[in-house]
Amino acid sequence: MNSLYDKVKKNLIWKSVFRRDYRDNARSRAMAIFGNVFLHLHPVKVRESAVKLRYTWGMGGITFLAFIILTITGVVLMFYYHPTVDLAYLDMKDLEFQAPYGVISRNLHRWAAHFMVIVVMIHMFRVFMTGSYKAPRQFNWGIGVILLVLTFLLSFTGYLLPWDQLGFWAITVGTNMGAATPLLGFQGPFSEYLHITPYNDVRFALLGGASVGGNALLRSYIWHCIAIPLISIILMFVHFWRVRKDGGISRPQH
Amino acid sequence: MNPFIEIITQPDNIAIVIMIVMVTFFTLWGFQQAFQNDKLKASGYAVDGELDKDVDTFKPLVRIELIISLVVMLFLTIWSIWVDAPLEEIANPTITPNPAKAPWYFLGLQELLVYFDPWLAGVVLPTLIVVGLLAIPYIDINPKGNGYYTFEERKYAIVIFAFGFFILWLLLIVIGVFDRGPGWLWYWPWEEWDHQRVVFEPTRDLTQVIGIESRSIPGFIIGAIVVIGYYVAGMLLPLRHWRKNNPELLAQLGMIRYNLIMFLFVTMMSVPIKMVLRLVFLVKYVWITPWFNV
Ligand code: HEM
Ligand code: HEM
Repeated sequence: MNSLYDKVKKNLIWKSVFRRDYRDNARSRAMAIFGNVFLHLHPVKVRESAVKLRYTWGMGGITFLAFIILTITGVVLMFYYHPTVDLAYLDMKDLEFQAPYGVISRNLHRWAAHFMVIVVMIHMFRVFMTGSYKAPRQFNWGIGVILLVLTFLLSFTGYLLPWDQLGFWAITVGTNMGAATPLLGFQGPFSEYLHITPYNDVRFALLGGASVGGNALLRSYIWHCIAIPLISIILMFVHFWRVRKDGGISRPQH
Repeated sequence: MNPFIEIITQPDNIAIVIMIVMVTFFTLWGFQQAFQNDKLKASGYAVDGELDKDVDTFKPLVRIELIISLVVMLFLTIWSIWVDAPLEEIANPTITPNPAKAPWYFLGLQELLVYFDPWLAGVVLPTLIVVGLLAIPYIDINPKGNGYYTFEERKYAIVIFAFGFFILWLLLIVIGVFDRGPGWLWYWPWEEWDHQRVVFEPTRDLTQVIGIESRSIPGFIIGAIVVIGYYVAGMLLPLRHWRKNNPELLAQLGMIRYNLIMFLFVTMMSVPIKMVLRLVFLVKYVWITPWFNV
């Protein structure tokens, strides 16, 4: 046993990856955190409240995990997916009948998407219930609200991509609201004074057309797979950074 | 199949069932801790977390993160093996499904379309929800209850937030998913949908209740008085009340905060008010103008 341990650990390759041996002392435990890019999102020491499940419910972390799962499964789906009216739906059928693990990839992506929307709302509820938006965390609550909106938009833009009746009409119903925007939507109040028509209003900008079609599919795809994930990642890192800079997970103030 | 089982086991609706279970669980857990802390405080003890010390991140936190991650991934994997993502017929702009529903998390807003015109339900109210959420830390100046669960010390904030979150957001979503069928008519989950059913519900405008044509000049003026009067009264009456009973609070808030809070609150309450007007009194519009209707 020991010689196997030595074989695995006492060689150049292992040592180049893991710089130090782990021993159970304070220095080693600290090193384990800041010697690792990913773990080092954390401080070396945290308040107990950050560890107690009953306080945070782990909901922020679970939201982030759902996002990571969505990114991984989303990239897998991108290999099989063409954002065109002719091919999108057929690609779904290919995922179902041809692509290896296509069904489970798509299932995981869809259920993790629903799951992320659920847990981000519960995370917001927990932050509210513990009063964690109060000073000094006001700004981080604001970042959170934007992340909430982005989560809805990610799920919304993804919904159109299979190009089936469900997504098509859900997006039609949703974007029709754009046409009702006051001043800027052609059915909205006061828009006639700005000479707004179905061809230059908010909905047109969202869809790249007066109705849901090929341009809308392409726009959805780019927002969904590139633009919104990029913006979300940046804001998530600001969010995590601020959790630390605002003094770690909130705790009773004296 | 039994329509009730059928509707709650539709692939997408399973997520809603999971949401109901999770939200119920965490709500109970949160309030249980709130009441427990209130009891501790009332008898002079420290609330949960007050005596916490620092602990190492490695391993306690990393361990619990790993365990939760595994549990969540296992849960999602089982869910994905068990239920297949739906795929309907290929998109066809010439066949409109009835009902055509928005994605589930927007069904609360779609439900508002029964009570408000699209520019309000689909644009103005969602914008105000986001603005209101962003404003919360700046308008809630109560310094208590920061960093622990409590109900006693933040009653008003919690009741108002809970009303918005549970009733106006989550309950309307659940109604939209389970109780809305063809023609956006109400169906209990155990009822069969009937595509032939039409309901003729003669609605009227508020001024027509007292016999004044809503599209006339007097109707316009009365409607304007009602809508503007609702906002003015909603914002002035609490002001008078607080001036008399709690002037310190008012001074602390300041006029900008006070106005923002009351504007958001009065707007939020207009939602249940319009629902009652529509459902109980069959009133469609309160105020008809040449540009928009409220
Ligand atoms: C970087 C991250 C992501 C990438 C690259 C990605 C990519 C994709 C692709 C290629 C599709 C089309 C395949 C399909 O429809 O099955 C899709 C669908 C979808 N995505 Fe994503 N996605 C990402 C993140 C997200 C997130 C964060 C959410 C939700 C919060 C989400 C929600 C959805 C939904 C609801 C669908 C429709 C699923 C279905 O067809 O059953 N995605 N995504
Ligand atoms: C994609 C969305 C989000 C992610 C990935 C995320 C992630 C996290 C994580 C990991 C934490 C650490 C503590 C915990 O797990 O509770 C946290 C804390 C926090 N989040 Fe979020 N969050 C998101 C959305 C939101 C939203 C919607 C809000 C509020 C509207 C919010 C407000 C906060 C605040 C104020 C804290 C500090 C809490 C404290 O110190 O107790 N976040 N977030």
